Amino acid sequence: MKGSPRILFIVILMLGLAVVPLLADYFDEPFYTVMFSRMLILSIGAVSLNLILGFGGMVSFGHAVYLGIGSYMVGIGTLHAVEDGIDWMANGFIQIALAIVFSAITGLVIGAISLRTRGVYFIMITLAFSQMLYFVAVGNEKYGGDDGLSLYMRSDFNGLINIANDNSLYYLNFVILLFSLYISHRIINSRFGMMIRGAKSNEQRMRAIGFPVFRYQLVAFVIAGTLCGIAGVLSANQTEFVNPSVMHWTHSGDLIIMTVLGGLGTLFGPVIGAVAFLFLEEFLSEITEYWQLIFGPMLVLVVIFARGGIDGMLVGLDKWWHKLSSHSEKETG
Amino acid sequence: MKFRLLGALSLGAMLITQVAVAETVKIGFVTTLTGGAGAIGNDMRDAVELALDHLGRKMGNSDVQMFYEDDTFKPAVGKQKTEKLVKKDKVHFVTGYIWSHVLMASRNSAVGKGPFMITSNAGPGPVAGKLCHEDFFSASWQNDQTTMAMGEVLNQLGIKNLYIMAPNYAAGKGMVAGVTRTFKGNIVGKDMTKFPAQLDFSAELAKIRAAKPDAVFVFYPGKHGMQFFKQYSQAGLKGSIPLYSAFTVDSLSLPRMKDLAEDSLMTMFWAPDLDNAVNKRFVADYRKKTGRYPTFYAAQSYDTIMLINSAVTAVGGDLSNKDGMRDAMRKANFPSVRGAFKYGNNHFPIQNFYLRKAVKDVDGNYTTSIVKTVYTNHQDPYAKDCKMSW
Amino acid sequence: MNWILLLEQTLNGFQFGILLFLLAAGLTLIFGIMDLINLAHGSLYMMGAYFAATFTSWTDSFLLGALLAVPASMIFGMLVEMIALRTLYTRNHLDQVLATFGLILFFNEFVRLIWGPIGLDIPLPEVLNGSVDLFFGIRYPAFRLVIIAVGILVAFLLYLLVSRTKLGMLIRAGASNRQMVSALGVNINFLYTLVFGLGAALAGLAGLMAGPIMTVEIGMGEGILIITLVVIVIGGVGSIKGAFVAALLVGLIDTVGRSFLPDILGLFFSNDVADTAAPAISSMLIYLLMALILAIRPQGLFPPKGA
Repeated sequence: MKGSPRILFIVILMLGLAVVPLLADYFDEPFYTVMFSRMLILSIGAVSLNLILGFGGMVSFGHAVYLGIGSYMVGIGTLHAVEDGIDWMANGFIQIALAIVFSAITGLVIGAISLRTRGVYFIMITLAFSQMLYFVAVGNEKYGGDDGLSLYMRSDFNGLINIANDNSLYYLNFVILLFSLYISHRIINSRFGMMIRGAKSNEQRMRAIGFPVFRYQLVAFVIAGTLCGIAGVLSANQTEFVNPSVMHWTHSGDLIIMTVLGGLGTLFGPVIGAVAFLFLEEFLSEITEYWQLIFGPMLVLVVIFARGGIDGMLVGLDKWWHKLSSHSEKETG
Repeated sequence: MKFRLLGALSLGAMLITQVAVAETVKIGFVTTLTGGAGAIGNDMRDAVELALDHLGRKMGNSDVQMFYEDDTFKPAVGKQKTEKLVKKDKVHFVTGYIWSHVLMASRNSAVGKGPFMITSNAGPGPVAGKLCHEDFFSASWQNDQTTMAMGEVLNQLGIKNLYIMAPNYAAGKGMVAGVTRTFKGNIVGKDMTKFPAQLDFSAELAKIRAAKPDAVFVFYPGKHGMQFFKQYSQAGLKGSIPLYSAFTVDSLSLPRMKDLAEDSLMTMFWAPDLDNAVNKRFVADYRKKTGRYPTFYAAQSYDTIMLINSAVTAVGGDLSNKDGMRDAMRKANFPSVRGAFKYGNNHFPIQNFYLRKAVKDVDGNYTTSIVKTVYTNHQDPYAKDCKMSW
Repeated sequence: MNWILLLEQTLNGFQFGILLFLLAAGLTLIFGIMDLINLAHGSLYMMGAYFAATFTSWTDSFLLGALLAVPASMIFGMLVEMIALRTLYTRNHLDQVLATFGLILFFNEFVRLIWGPIGLDIPLPEVLNGSVDLFFGIRYPAFRLVIIAVGILVAFLLYLLVSRTKLGMLIRAGASNRQMVSALGVNINFLYTLVFGLGAALAGLAGLMAGPIMTVEIGMGEGILIITLVVIVIGGVGSIKGAFVAALLVGLIDTVGRSFLPDILGLFFSNDVADTAAPAISSMLIYLLMALILAIRPQGLFPPKGA
């Protein structure tokens, strides 16, 4: 009797996510496609944050900035496409490419300055940069300022997929989530990933051995930013609305909560966390208006007692299961 | 599967045998119920409930179901709530909307997706102009109109130098655009403050004192208005520079502002003492129900329900007949608290605007009363940008 | 240049800076001594305002209400420390950020449950509600002068407390070397609770003084908390002197920027651009300041010795 409840759970979760639109259509509840679509997008954001936060130990309190950059690429692009007739700006591939470029540049600048500091100073300086960009968006009247921009239409993917349809957008999100999980998996298990993880547990030692820790961390910081920028493109298409609040510090905080809730430094932890977070938000708020009265202390309890988040609990479940099964094997054997 | 089929069959049977029982009218109401602006949303909810009481909780033969949602003053949340109302609750009308930026964010989730969208307060320029839509109606006004009236009033008063302050969001910009459109003197200073974060106006008040204008005009809805009047007086400006406002002094803030706002002048499309039978009944019953004077937010919410009722009764409760309901609403054929009015081609009211003054009533309660009519049958300046005609 | 306006704006900036200092002093102490990032510090500010509003309406006197609200905030803070925060001292910063973020959510709903969603007023007595004539023909709101006076007084008392008393000695020692203090056999738990209570009392004082100017409402502590964090990081974590200097700096830059930036931008851009971009850019100034200072001095202006 082998097997792992944890892996079973993750497989069920991913398979479940794969069939959400079909179920939603069957029960004529299209709202759930939208809700889970949001989960997928934030999962991508959390997966990207996990690269630096979970594996690299860099507590960035400004990760939502990249969601904002990606979102504004879509908002600005469709605005110019519709109002000034610059058609290529509504093209989804170009928007993603621009989101990658701008996120990378932003990540490079923020990272190059922030990574010189440590501890709480790092947290605060990443926060400061995200606030600055937040206020840039607030002050930019041409692109809606504080009020934001309503999209005229969703991005155009050359007829390859028509994401005007919620289900198509859902599967685009799903595919990109799988892609980011794959990238994440490859990075963590590469030589590069080993360095990043090594620097988390003992930076001085890594430096003493002769690794250019700063440069490695900066590259990780930029990669995480660009992945999150892609999530931003999807997010704008999902909500068909872009405004500065997407990069507000509380939103960065949400991303951290999702990552920690699911399980820091594990491949699927952020996905579990994002799904759990939005699930709780939706259903606790259905039950009671005062849902944060429950959610707040729950967060405190998770931090204090459940180190490793939900994924940590699943690992615990695995251990218990293995003990149980080896016990029963002994009995039958 | 069998059960579903059976269910469908029996549902069909029910439809055949009981045609008389009409579908329930589902109305989504997106407003602000929590935080500093929560008082406004609660006021609107009271007015909606009063309107439903007046209708006997039915529209024609149809039952009515209300879905109140809290936008928490955030465009993104309002948008999500609208999406939920449309896709999950499948409402026929989505209304409410205090804030222009929340309305603008939510619009795409409702307009063209099935339900009618009716704003009960916010009236940003785009939805009255380029973005006008056959499924979108206003039960209030267009943002610029009220302050255009104020600009006229200031001209008549002979004000030469004016200082303007408003929050830096969609409605604030519209309000400022309105007053600058009609005011003929100099604008010696203008401050657009961060909304809703900024509540301390000390820096701006110092600038006003230094600029020495003949008058100050502000637009600060909700709690911001209260804070502004308070700080204006604390800074010693009250009494030395006259202060005019729009949507700032209302029945929610007046009992708390008291003499800070007494004799204060503002423009509006409606007032509690507007002389018509519908309004008298509305104000009297509202005061009986809540113990306070209704705000304009309440008046517009009451009208929203009456407008919906006129649509539903016109088609005999057949909610699939959207064309019929639209035609009915275009006639504005319902008892409105503002008296009779017409809809323009952009589905925004063509209506009167009055100058109002904050006063004490016979019992010593603070309220506002009409001084004079500024505009008769005024249409908003964006209507010409609207391609719709009917 | 209008010098009177500049002077008046400087006073405004000073007044905002003083409020920030009251918040930052407690936060930086808690940070320096317990090594705890307490995001819920803004909630203590909010509680102070709510306590003051309640006590003021009970006693019909702002002074009594304020005098009661300060110890109430202190007791409240000490309870929070003993129940929830004590276990977090040994945790990493990430855990602390999350747990105290959870507390913010809790306190916001808690306040909504008890005081309702609408928010409260703190009515001021007549004497404080007007303005007074200062030098050079400046008229300044009386209550804001009180805020400045109280703030300076508290800063002075805090200075005495830290530099002249035994408690202050322990606080200073704790900020630079925590293990040492516990090795000396001081009841460290009690010291922590006391310091936290002190921080809560200062935050409560800031809240009750901000209440009459702004409104007393749910979430009022969140915006100002972030600015306070900026202040203590600029000042150097753990340093009260740093918090004082940085608070005044941030207060001045924020207010003066807000006031003069539209004119300065107007020199380069069209009026419309200047009017709408100025509020956003002035909000950005303090973050720019922080990034600049950290780029030059990664430990802030006055890093405590031994850190």
